[in-house]
Amino acid sequence: MNLNATLFAQLVVFLILAWFTMKFVWPPIMKALDDRAKKIADGLAAADKAKTDLALAEKKVVDELRKARESAGEFRTAAEKQGATIVDEARAEAARIIAAAREAAEKEAGAAAQRAKEALRDQVAQLAVAGASQILRREINPQVHADLLANLKQELK
Amino acid sequence: MATGHEAAAAEHAPTASEYIVHHLTHLKSAQQTSLVDWSVFHVDTLFWSVSLGLLAIFLFSRAASKATAGVPGRFQAAVEIIVEMVDSQAKSIIHGDRSFIAPLALTVFVWIFFMNAMDLLPLDLLPNVWGWIYGAAGHDPHHAYMRVVPTADLNATLGMSLGVLILCLYYSVKIKGIGGWMHELFTAPFGSHPVLYPINFAMQLIEFVAKTVSHGMRLFGNMYAGELIFMLIALMGAAWAGTLGSGLLWIGGVLAGAIWAIFHILIITLQAFIFMMLTLVYIGQAHESH
Repeated sequence: MNLNATLFAQLVVFLILAWFTMKFVWPPIMKALDDRAKKIADGLAAADKAKTDLALAEKKVVDELRKARESAGEFRTAAEKQGATIVDEARAEAARIIAAAREAAEKEAGAAAQRAKEALRDQVAQLAVAGASQILRREINPQVHADLLANLKQELK
Repeated sequence: MATGHEAAAAEHAPTASEYIVHHLTHLKSAQQTSLVDWSVFHVDTLFWSVSLGLLAIFLFSRAASKATAGVPGRFQAAVEIIVEMVDSQAKSIIHGDRSFIAPLALTVFVWIFFMNAMDLLPLDLLPNVWGWIYGAAGHDPHHAYMRVVPTADLNATLGMSLGVLILCLYYSVKIKGIGGWMHELFTAPFGSHPVLYPINFAMQLIEFVAKTVSHGMRLFGNMYAGELIFMLIALMGAAWAGTLGSGLLWIGGVLAGAIWAIFHILIITLQAFIFMMLTLVYIGQAHESH
């Protein structure tokens, strides 16, 4: 084994290679590794947060559903109550209308009966006069006997 | 003999020792006669280590430029796994600013792994390709030397461990101050007493030398030995000569080659990891007071 200038050349090459690695190889790789580590840490944190958020959202959904169910029940009760009220009111209104109609009809019927009675009275009076004139076989002056006839009419009431 | 040596075999097949010596000879800028000669370069070691270093930082800078915080692809995830492994090791060893040390550890790990992995390529593949090129260029292919595992060259591993030593000294001064470091050099490990100053200083020097030499030698020794065993296994495979005994040797070569290559996957990774960990430990020691 001989020692010669190869040794110093190798020494210089060695230092140059190490310098190059320090300058151009090591920093970018280390930076990439650190950045990736940070990215992964961030990703894991984000995943954790998402999991928490999901749990919260699920809880909120359950709450909302429960609230919605409750308020729907309330609405239904109120609507049923209102419906009942409306039906009652309608029933009362109908009863009132029926009573009014009955009253009107009765009034009408009373008036008609009255009119018929009057007409009948007139006819009875005429009939009585005609009968009397037949009986008396003489003409009776209706003007002369108006008072008599009026009295008769009055009695027929 | 392996395929690329057929031309050589036409004249005379290389003996086992010639084969191994050929494989263990570097492509040099000049012939080296003394043990230490600072005017000579190993061209093959430099070529392969620089190429693999460029490949490593090309791959990693591609991953870095595409890195986003989004979902990573397979390639990016693989790079990030390595980066995070290195970063967590650096974090557990270095207390203080790691903006240079952690990337340094990453460079050490990936670069050394790539250089070690050259051992898993077929032993004769790249040397033979080089032999053809060398022969085509009009030279004698017998002298086309090419060693493709830079970490099996002591110059490469000691060069890197020397780099780590320089960084240790730099961080010692930076963290403790020149005075604090000097104080430590003369008072640790035995204590603060004028009689002990030279002993302490000698111990510190031995410690630095031992750390640096063992750091580089460990990687070199493992890879050199591994390469040598691949060569011996290749010699078993090359023993084929039509006889029963040589046939059995050939089968043994295939089995041993497979087993050693599979085991070597562990070794190349482990050695790269050990070199990186020791780099961190030594620089970490520079951060701490004794």
